[in-house]
Amino acid sequence: MRVRSQVSMVFHLDKCIGCHTCSIACKNIWTDRPGAEYMWWNNVETKPGVGFPTQWEDQEKYHGGWELEGTPKNPALKLKLQNRLQTLGNLFSNPAMPTMDDYYEPWTYNYGDLFNAPLGNDQPTARPISRVDGKPIEIESGPNWDDDLGGSNIYALNDPLLKDMSEDEKLRLFSIEQLFYFYMPRICNHCLNAACVAACPSGAIYKRAEDGVVLINQDKCRGWRMCVSACPYKKTYYNWSTGKSEKCILCYPRLETGQPPACFHSCVGRIRYLGALLYDADQIADAVKVPDDQLVQRQREIILDPHDPEVIAAAKASGVPDRVIVAAQNSPVYRYVKEWELALPLHPEYRTLPMLFYVPPLLPVINSTQENGTQRVETELFTSLDKARMPIRYMSLTLAAGNDELVVKSYKKMIAVRIFKRYETVGDVTKEEADAALAEAGMSAEEAEAIYRLTSLPTYQERFVIPPYSREGDIEEVYDPQQRKAEAGFGRQQAPQRGF
Amino acid sequence: MLDTLLFVVFPYVALAIGIVGTIYRYLTNQYSFTSLSSQFLENELQFWSSTLWHYGILPTTVIHLAGFTIPKVMAALHSTPELLYLSELAGKVLGVMALVGVAIMIVRRLTFTKIRAVTTPVDWIILILLFGQVFFGLILAFAYRWGATWFIHTATPWMVSLAAFQPDPQYITALPLAHKVHFFTGFLLFALMPFSRLVHLATFPLPYLWRRFQLVIWTRRKVV
Repeated sequence: MRVRSQVSMVFHLDKCIGCHTCSIACKNIWTDRPGAEYMWWNNVETKPGVGFPTQWEDQEKYHGGWELEGTPKNPALKLKLQNRLQTLGNLFSNPAMPTMDDYYEPWTYNYGDLFNAPLGNDQPTARPISRVDGKPIEIESGPNWDDDLGGSNIYALNDPLLKDMSEDEKLRLFSIEQLFYFYMPRICNHCLNAACVAACPSGAIYKRAEDGVVLINQDKCRGWRMCVSACPYKKTYYNWSTGKSEKCILCYPRLETGQPPACFHSCVGRIRYLGALLYDADQIADAVKVPDDQLVQRQREIILDPHDPEVIAAAKASGVPDRVIVAAQNSPVYRYVKEWELALPLHPEYRTLPMLFYVPPLLPVINSTQENGTQRVETELFTSLDKARMPIRYMSLTLAAGNDELVVKSYKKMIAVRIFKRYETVGDVTKEEADAALAEAGMSAEEAEAIYRLTSLPTYQERFVIPPYSREGDIEEVYDPQQRKAEAGFGRQQAPQRGF
Repeated sequence: MLDTLLFVVFPYVALAIGIVGTIYRYLTNQYSFTSLSSQFLENELQFWSSTLWHYGILPTTVIHLAGFTIPKVMAALHSTPELLYLSELAGKVLGVMALVGVAIMIVRRLTFTKIRAVTTPVDWIILILLFGQVFFGLILAFAYRWGATWFIHTATPWMVSLAAFQPDPQYITALPLAHKVHFFTGFLLFALMPFSRLVHLATFPLPYLWRRFQLVIWTRRKVV
């Protein structure tokens, strides 16, 4: 057992209000630069929808992630993009490269025209101009163009996941009284078996062993662009100005000083949880070779119980600091992912072992079959998963590689928590009904209470349990503090300017 | 006198600038080592230009270098008329591929405003020089046939004399102007390497063929 610690994340989708504050917080800090304007290291998508970049889930188009080849008995993992030799052969022109048209062309407005227009009868306007070449453009797409299902009859119907769903299920998604959609905030998943790392010809992308953050070494990146195609989540971006690829850095300068990443910190709905997970690095190679429907279960098995004395001993032997183990024991992510099995990884079938987990959305709680447009709260709400509006199939295609069982299990728990709390606080549900719901979900009243507390009433400290970075141990005591201070800054001392 | 300057002094200067400059740039500004690809902004012409160019110019360059370093092997490779004819043909095909590729590059940079926005003056200098270099190379190939043979008796001894630090330009001074332009531009391009995007040549990621897929890096413990 080789134990490593990973700073992992849970997004509780029921709480996401789709305000995009996370995206703006990230944009303001990291990507408000030439060449990076179009990048959204954090973006919020309306699902069903095409997402950003357009149809990123369509791996027949982008060839992201891994796939299994060989016999079922002796499976081998290979990058869907290409093998090693093909990588060198395709250096000059990447065949699966998304272009700016797949994202959008960033623009600003010619504000000067508002002030400099000659006196006339017409109101002067500020025309949109491209932030690439400065020419006037027609704005035809943006990072959240189909927000709130806007134009869903054009955009959302192109959602790649819908092709795996029946006509009836599709119809349910878009008929007006059964409408269902949810917001999906996405950042880099900081995968255990990252495809971007594997695809980088220069070896510039790496995983930090201490906390699992996946970073691109900007000095080593040569702009071969393979990571952009290989990442199935399209979370590495090519900076067209500097000729380097960039990605979410999980605000590691903030993590190292004990602060949650900016998107977490600024989250209005408080949907985000961050904490350490201990995992067994030796099991990664096997865990990514199981059939699709077992992937989530296998990923949960890699994640180790930080309370288990054996795991603690192994973690210490592997060099995980004591305080990180304590942080892992208090991790809200561990509870959601492993203890309660509520949170699921995004598209586990890409086989990258993403370490960002989503609690599937239960909302809207209104049933899809309403009589006279009314519903009796105490008896009809929360009661039947079959009548619920959210399509199980769509959620399982998104979060469980098509394994409905896992999503249903998660939903049953969430429904049981609600019925249980309704019994406790409102009282119009009987104890028998509440107990039956808990039994159906297979959990105790204590667990329901704990889920309720961490979901609804968590404090800042409970949502973000940031493992301490024992950086003081990284330097010798005789090291001159002034020199340390001068050298310890993050980021570059020179501006990220384009080469000659 | 001019010949001495161009074919004795200049090659050394160019090589020194190219090698020292590239190393210096790598040590001081590794960040600037990138292909500066513009595929993200325009994909279709990029495929044709870049693929034709690279698949044409890289083998051509390797064959040139082989002619300098292993002339006997190269001579053996076209020892019969059939083989000579074949290598002549192969060289011409590769050269035309490269020329078409670089021509499309120029057209592409002129046509697309987005590509022009990421084009620097140095890019233009390099593009025009590369076009000229391949163009003159093809003139030599078509106007002075059987280059595979005369190359080994003119350019090779000259390069060998340069490498041995006993420069002797007499092997090439009698050659026509087109040859001399080709030789000069070759060294000029080498000298311009550290000042242009050509440095991406020096970072061809061959180790990718055998490196581990996953890279996990621990913070280095600093020992003072």
